[in-house]
Amino acid sequence: MLRFINNLRELYKCRALIKTLVGRELKARYRGTILGFFWSFFNPLLLMIVYTVVFGFILMPRDPAFEGSPWLYALFLFCGVLPWQVWFSASSLESANVLVAQGNLIKKMLFPTEILPIVVVTSNFIHFLLGIPILFLFIPVLGKSYTPYLLFLPIVILVQYVFTLGFCLLVSSLTVHFRDIRDILANLLTFWFFASPIIYPMTFHTVQKHTWLQICLNLNPMTHIMWGYQSCVFYGELFHWKRLGITFLISLVLFFIGYYIFDRLRDSFPEEV
Amino acid sequence: MLAINVDHVSRVYQKYSFQHRFKTFKSAIIKGDIFKSLRPDELVMALDDVNFKVEKGTTFGVIGENGSGKSTLLKVISGIAKPSSGRVEVNGKVSALIELGAGFHPEITGRENVYINGIMLGLSKKEIDEKFDEIVKFAELEKFIDAPVKTYSSGMYMRLGFSVAINVHPDILLVDEVLAVGDASFVPKCLDRIADFHQKKKTILFVSHDLSSVEKICNRVIWLKNGKVQTIGEPKRVVDAYLQDVTEKKEEDFERRQQEVTGEENWGEEQRENRWGDRKIEITKVRMKGMDGKEKYVFSPDEGMDIEMDIVARSEVKDFVFGIGLFNSQRICCYGTNILLEDFEPISVKGEGKIVCRIGKLNLVNGTYYLDVATHKKNGYPYDYHRNLYSFMVSSRYKDDGIFRPEHSWNFSSQIKVKQLNTPGQNKENLGSNIKIINKPEK
Repeated sequence: MLRFINNLRELYKCRALIKTLVGRELKARYRGTILGFFWSFFNPLLLMIVYTVVFGFILMPRDPAFEGSPWLYALFLFCGVLPWQVWFSASSLESANVLVAQGNLIKKMLFPTEILPIVVVTSNFIHFLLGIPILFLFIPVLGKSYTPYLLFLPIVILVQYVFTLGFCLLVSSLTVHFRDIRDILANLLTFWFFASPIIYPMTFHTVQKHTWLQICLNLNPMTHIMWGYQSCVFYGELFHWKRLGITFLISLVLFFIGYYIFDRLRDSFPEEV
Repeated sequence: MLAINVDHVSRVYQKYSFQHRFKTFKSAIIKGDIFKSLRPDELVMALDDVNFKVEKGTTFGVIGENGSGKSTLLKVISGIAKPSSGRVEVNGKVSALIELGAGFHPEITGRENVYINGIMLGLSKKEIDEKFDEIVKFAELEKFIDAPVKTYSSGMYMRLGFSVAINVHPDILLVDEVLAVGDASFVPKCLDRIADFHQKKKTILFVSHDLSSVEKICNRVIWLKNGKVQTIGEPKRVVDAYLQDVTEKKEEDFERRQQEVTGEENWGEEQRENRWGDRKIEITKVRMKGMDGKEKYVFSPDEGMDIEMDIVARSEVKDFVFGIGLFNSQRICCYGTNILLEDFEPISVKGEGKIVCRIGKLNLVNGTYYLDVATHKKNGYPYDYHRNLYSFMVSSRYKDDGIFRPEHSWNFSSQIKVKQLNTPGQNKENLGSNIKIINKPEK
């Protein structure tokens, strides 16, 4: 525990480094592209168009919440796809690679290694933040109106931040020893995507019909985070604060476990990457 | 005041085999015990009970062969690697020049990389702002600082990396063989900077294979061999001991090669090609000996050499010549002679015999040399010709140029002040000490 607090203190000292490295990531990502930073907006937009066409127009789920309108469904989709795809999924995949890819740095320089997954999560978080104005822009365009519940978004974002960070710390440290995780992870994330209420709402009639399905979904922490986004933006209501609260506790536990394992394996990184 | 205290430090590297990794993955999933199953199969001792102290303000050299643990030592001191046992104490801010520009990102500009690298080395943004111009000026990159680093040449890359690292102004500087890539004007500049450091009473740990600069700039030197401390002490003594050891190793190398030559039945294609003649007279064995009569393969320039040839003539031969030739590694003939050229008239040879050619002093510069021996008729028809089969080495502490090293001395009139760095005669091997410097008093 003491070691954990010490680590966090060290980390706080390195905030300037984290800031610079995040800046470096953001700058380097779109270097050489014509649209540059605008890709952060365009990527989720394009993604949403694809999902709307396929799921909204072709498959059109019948749920009272969508009032039979593919546009409303598009907005619903966007609420979940944006934090999932741009932030969580991208961070997990990148962090599985980050220690190996930056092996040169780990071997040659002295700095707290956990900075690397933190930078991955944070830079993807910023990409996600850049997508939020688009989301807000589309609320009236797609037929909903702004509600005061939008102000609760930061709470959901915080929960996802802790959860993503814990997961990425775990994934990044274990991948150094078991490179297989990289491949497993790509498949796991696809599965996880469909196992969370992103393209379908929790209130969907088939979900309501099967109790076992509901139990499974409720056990998935991502369910409550996604539901949180949908509550704030799409439904315009207060999120299920008890469930989100428990999810936050689970996220904290995951963060502790992730950080603990990372810390235990830390000394093996310079020779293994 | 101690700057670095390395207290009985060992560093073990772990070797995992593929088989093992696979097994652990399975067991990790099934049993869920990740830490237990991560036990390695084999251990490699990179540092073995290394124990030394560095006083503040000294320049401390680290020498040793490749793989002797020098870089591991620096990594342990800088904190990148943890010692497996023992303790390292470091007093002051450390900057490690282990690899220059390790944190550079190729896609972004030199300017941005200076900031990132500086922050990684422990500077604040404000400090970098202040030093930025100095860093760029030292690296001589004013024109290119706003270009992406991927467009830099490897020299520019290295210069920028060095410049950032040296401008961190650490209390302890760890330098690991990083100057090897610099050009002729940049390396002296770096060495100047390091000397500057020394003057400011900062501590430097200097790893290098350039023994002459180690001898020049270090106060104390540690010699690592296979992860163990061989000697610590005064630079000249340690460097000489190290050179001695390297010479012995070379000697062993040559001996092994020579033994490969002698057994004809296991000769390779190449060796067969290098020997021809009808063997009416055969050279059965060639030995190179020092003046003490012992076989050896590494000589100093002012040492003598006996070339011994065992020969056998199966029947009586009246027309014969014996000769030798010395060639350097570029196949330039350094010297060649035979008995006929030196006014010996062959009369007859029969049965086994022995010829010794004594060279009083080799007087050759540093390098590997080949010895050719031959016996043939007066008109050149070969009986037995050995080309490139025997080699020896001349090892001198002076890196003089050319092939031939005539005995010479230097005289300076009193206006010219010189100091001789390596007093001849101190070295046990006496490696090439036939230079004399006399300061003649002017009348």
